[in-house]
Amino acid sequence: MMTELTKLTIAAARDALRKGDVTSAELTQACLTAIDGADALNAFVHKTPEVAMAQAKSADDRGYADAPGLQGIPLGIKDLFCTKGVASQAASRILDGFRPEYESTVTSQLFDRGAVMLGKLNMDEFAMGSSNETSVYGDAVNPWRVDENLTPGGSSGGSAAAVAADLCLGATGTDTGGSIRQPAAFTGITGVKPTYGRVSRWGIVAFASSLDQAGPMTKDVRDAAIMLEAMCGHDPKDSTSADLAVPDFEAMLTGDIKGKTIGIPAEYRMDGMPDAIEKLWSEGAEMLRDAGAKIVDISLPHTKYALPAYYVIAPAEASSNLARYDGVRFGHRAKLEQGDGITEMYEKTRAEGFGPEVQRRVMVGTYVLSAGFYDAYYNRARKVRALIKQDFDTVFEDGVDAILTPATPSAAFPLGSMADTDPIQMYLNDVFTVTVNLAGLPGVAVPTGQDARGLPLGLQLIGRPWEEGDLLNVAYSLERAAGFVGKPAKWW
Amino acid sequence: MSIDTETARKVAKLARIRVEDDALPALAQEFNAILGFIEQLNEVDVDGVEPMTSVTPQRLKRRDDVVTDGHQQDKVLANAPDAREGFFAVPKVVE
Repeated sequence: MMTELTKLTIAAARDALRKGDVTSAELTQACLTAIDGADALNAFVHKTPEVAMAQAKSADDRGYADAPGLQGIPLGIKDLFCTKGVASQAASRILDGFRPEYESTVTSQLFDRGAVMLGKLNMDEFAMGSSNETSVYGDAVNPWRVDENLTPGGSSGGSAAAVAADLCLGATGTDTGGSIRQPAAFTGITGVKPTYGRVSRWGIVAFASSLDQAGPMTKDVRDAAIMLEAMCGHDPKDSTSADLAVPDFEAMLTGDIKGKTIGIPAEYRMDGMPDAIEKLWSEGAEMLRDAGAKIVDISLPHTKYALPAYYVIAPAEASSNLARYDGVRFGHRAKLEQGDGITEMYEKTRAEGFGPEVQRRVMVGTYVLSAGFYDAYYNRARKVRALIKQDFDTVFEDGVDAILTPATPSAAFPLGSMADTDPIQMYLNDVFTVTVNLAGLPGVAVPTGQDARGLPLGLQLIGRPWEEGDLLNVAYSLERAAGFVGKPAKWW
Repeated sequence: MSIDTETARKVAKLARIRVEDDALPALAQEFNAILGFIEQLNEVDVDGVEPMTSVTPQRLKRRDDVVTDGHQQDKVLANAPDAREGFFAVPKVVE
């Protein structure tokens, strides 16, 4: 019974709590036991059992008669979220020992609704990576395994591994270029990147502020709807957060998509795309057609330039955001030699504190913003970004309701397999997801199939700005038609 | 555009990240691979296109220019590697 509890969806656990069939203390204890037995996955990097049991008891004491949907639900929190009094270090050495004096808006909202925090989850350092291999905590491991350990994807790799392995009922993630959707696809779970501005960024360690959005990573689309609603909303502390009403996303899951128009973008058919992905994609389109949607071919002509534009804009913003890690106000400070001044302190602290990928991106960002190159690189990339957004605006104006694409160019790959390739090969993981961040749109990854080796594969749906409810309803319809129920065999 | 060892050194300096001399050639090579990838942007016709400043058309909210927070010196200093007498402490800045 105890291990079965961790397999519940958020919706099923909510119903069981309301009926009195289970307590949050029981659910939470079951998750904590599962977490302690899953150290091989390296998903939870700061466990918070005392916090979790106190929150669970408080939820049980309040009762579930009129409780919010998340009350008593045990969740994992990505290490990028600042959590008061609990280590929050963005998987970086430079934030070693940092314990925030404040709570991020997203975690505040989750806790206000009674959610339980089991601990902090592994990720790529500062969310820079697609395999969770840049983490100071070491690699998170995908619970899906074929012969060798596979990546759970990144940057939200710990979140994905934890949800897929039933260590928690749901988890928070963040997505700057695909960091929720790619790991969701690699682990057979659902992940949502909301419209830019839907979810407050306050208290989330910043990577690229014009692209970052937090979102839910869950076992199914309904759970994503429940958790997303709790995360959304206007926040005066984030000037880019939208002052819009948050609909009841779960109530919008009717499964009825008759008359909806789904676009299939020609430019997402990449050279050398594996047959399994090609097949998954066309089957997904068939499923939506069978459900009553109209499938149309569309063109997003600037797709090819999204990754190059991203690798100007994201490092540029990162180089500014990460300037705050200087060894003065928080985190790591290098040991200094006799006679070292403030510049040596900065340079040594940042050389010791940042890993190689973060250093690389900060320096690329510094270069593209430096005098003489600002126009050639940064301004040009921002113009290309405007064209990429325009591509989407055009197809939405033409009546397309949502766009169907593969979520990733492959299934999960072995940990270490990209170590000797140049960084660009790793960046290509985000080829289908990064356009969505550049255009500020909502996107969701839904597991719909498995490859020949049995590894999960996902499709991505992209929606109109602020229309997460309609988007999730299309995702719900796809989920029901695909009937993906695969679970990794427990080996850890 | 090709980045040489000297440019790599300059960029590292600007970014305030110490890079040892023997690591500079490899760093320059990585920069060149990434910049080579970025060069694709030159194929795009961007004449007359305004650089994006905001991805959503919403106007940023304004508020009254008043102090809304403060008096939290102990919390502000709580995570400092070196805090003394209510201040952040750093190596000598001026001679």
